Amino acid sequence: MKRVFAALALALCLSALAQETPEEARLRTLQEKLRCLVCQNQTLADSPAGLADDLRRELREQMKTGRSDDEILNFMVARYGDFVLYEPPFKATTALLWVGPFVLLGLALVAMAMMARRRRNSIAEPELGAEERRLVVQALSPEEDRR
Amino acid sequence: MKKALIPLALFLVIAGFLFAGLDLKPREVPSPLVGKAAPAFTLPVLHQPEKLFAPSEMKGKPWMLNVWASWCVACRDEHPLLVALAKQNVIPILGLNYKDQPLDAKRWLAQFGDPYLYSVMDTEGRVGIDYGVYGVPETYVIDGAGVIRFKHIGALTSDIVSGKILPLLKAMP
Repeated sequence: MKRVFAALALALCLSALAQETPEEARLRTLQEKLRCLVCQNQTLADSPAGLADDLRRELREQMKTGRSDDEILNFMVARYGDFVLYEPPFKATTALLWVGPFVLLGLALVAMAMMARRRRNSIAEPELGAEERRLVVQALSPEEDRR
Repeated sequence: MKKALIPLALFLVIAGFLFAGLDLKPREVPSPLVGKAAPAFTLPVLHQPEKLFAPSEMKGKPWMLNVWASWCVACRDEHPLLVALAKQNVIPILGLNYKDQPLDAKRWLAQFGDPYLYSVMDTEGRVGIDYGVYGVPETYVIDGAGVIRFKHIGALTSDIVSGKILPLLKAMP
């Protein structure tokens, strides 16, 4: 019996997913691109805040009047600034944000290469003195020559 | 000797960033509206719902738009400051009563004092969206040409009034 219920529940979930209309899909994508300014680390899609409800209503209404995604996003940016975009645009003020991690990675790689090279140099084979060389040659030479 | 200084230098750099971070307020998002014309609207006045108010009525002199609501706790903190400003006739203050019930709003003003020339009712929060409101209270200073010159998010403090708003008003013609 439990299995039947589980299968039914799964079927329901799947059918709910399948029934997402193109408009709903578009609304969802738009919501995922926008930040809720009340709870700042959530997208509009995730946020239960009152303002998020109002902004969702705004999105739906603007979609109905036939505005494009870019027009709707620009509408939000004009009111709330770039911060309303969940993924910040690449600009002079955000360049450090986008490029910073790669610069740090580059610096780390350069530092690693330099350290590796220094290390290789420091463990280079030691030079043998004349006396040591003679001892090595003697130790390596065949038995009969040693006498 | 030089090598020993590297961790110290790194520490100083990180400490510098963290120290600067102490003063940053991530909740205060810079508004793109400062320097732009205040968005137009027409809304009913709280105490005379048959009367409509539009910002164009204020053309020619600087005024302040204060977004408030009876459900907003921080609004109570800043309210005495607004009442004092109104008493001194520093600048006309308009209230944008944001997503509120008229009865609650009127009761709130009766209890705490009414510093507003008018309060207008933005019941659905649509004008709020046009003004980029996301955390009540918010305060805008708008000049005689209808341009937003200053925006403050959160409760006003006497430091902000005397340090930012009053000097700004003095600099206006």
